[in-house]
Amino acid sequence: MIIKILLITGALGFGVLVLRDRGAGHHLLLRRLAGLTVVVLGIIAVLWPLLTTRVANAIGVGRGTDLVLYVLVMVFIYSAVATSQRIHRLERTVTMLVRELALRDTAGPVRDDSADVRPNGEERAS
Amino acid sequence: MYADDVCVIVPVYNEEPAVGGTLAGLLDTFAHVVCVDDGSGDGSGEIARAAGATVLRHAVNLGQGAALQTGFDYALRRTRADHVVTFDADGQHDVEDAVRMLEVARETGVDVVLASRFTGQTEAMPFSRRMVLQAGVRFTRATAHLEITDTHNGLRVLSRRALTRIRLDLPRMAYASELLESIVPNGLTYTEVPTTVSYTDYSRAKGQRNSNAFNILFDLALRRLRSAR
Repeated sequence: MIIKILLITGALGFGVLVLRDRGAGHHLLLRRLAGLTVVVLGIIAVLWPLLTTRVANAIGVGRGTDLVLYVLVMVFIYSAVATSQRIHRLERTVTMLVRELALRDTAGPVRDDSADVRPNGEERAS
Repeated sequence: MYADDVCVIVPVYNEEPAVGGTLAGLLDTFAHVVCVDDGSGDGSGEIARAAGATVLRHAVNLGQGAALQTGFDYALRRTRADHVVTFDADGQHDVEDAVRMLEVARETGVDVVLASRFTGQTEAMPFSRRMVLQAGVRFTRATAHLEITDTHNGLRVLSRRALTRIRLDLPRMAYASELLESIVPNGLTYTEVPTTVSYTDYSRAKGQRNSNAFNILFDLALRRLRSAR
């Protein structure tokens, strides 16, 4: 029963994460701590495999393997969401860069009849 | 002939067959036509320069909304234009309509003049397209609080004031709704003018699939959820 609460809370947490896209570096400490915890728990689980089953039983999961699977699914979803948000931020950066470049290298018309072109190097591009 | 005070922005992505004619038509009336070449792989950019337009080139394809925003930034930073006209490159708009919309903007002083193909004449619009667009209109009326009869029409007139307040960020085609949704919250005034849209075989082949309406809805919903902090 406890596992259901944990998993549903986890799933809702990811939902919030998807919707509230904070800037890079947000929750960095939290992410690092979570990563270290996973490492430590992983080592413990390898050294004492039966411990996972005992923990699993304590929170209402049949086998330790199932618990490990649940944790894996949660970690995977988190990683997928974090990656897609990172790509989204990168896309915005690329857009800004490309726009700046386009505005910098403005190509004036070939037959020059436009009165707007200012002398400050607008026609730098070939 | 309109001079410096009006800047026409034409986003172009692989429109080689149509862009020359469209720009030539515009340049008969407008001295200042800015073509934003959104990373075209064909010769659209060169054709635009040869036709007499100022060309801004995106090094990679970013989408029509991003192309328009680049044009807006150009108009704000490099020109003194008091109005900009957005105009599709595929030749579906009529230059006369753009002129009429500009006159409306000048006479009434509204910030945004939108074109409507439903109160005007529309030539050869497919039935399915009519259905999708009408659904889009109902959606926009509800979400953007605008009393309009058409959305996602590429022909618009925007005042310089509007340019300073509108920022197009959404990917793909959702920017058109984004633009409409930024009118009322930013205290901009708007009006709608009946216009003609010609659905030629070329514009039909180049245009949007009807099913893309769902992608637009998705992008808009995502933005709404994200901004609700």
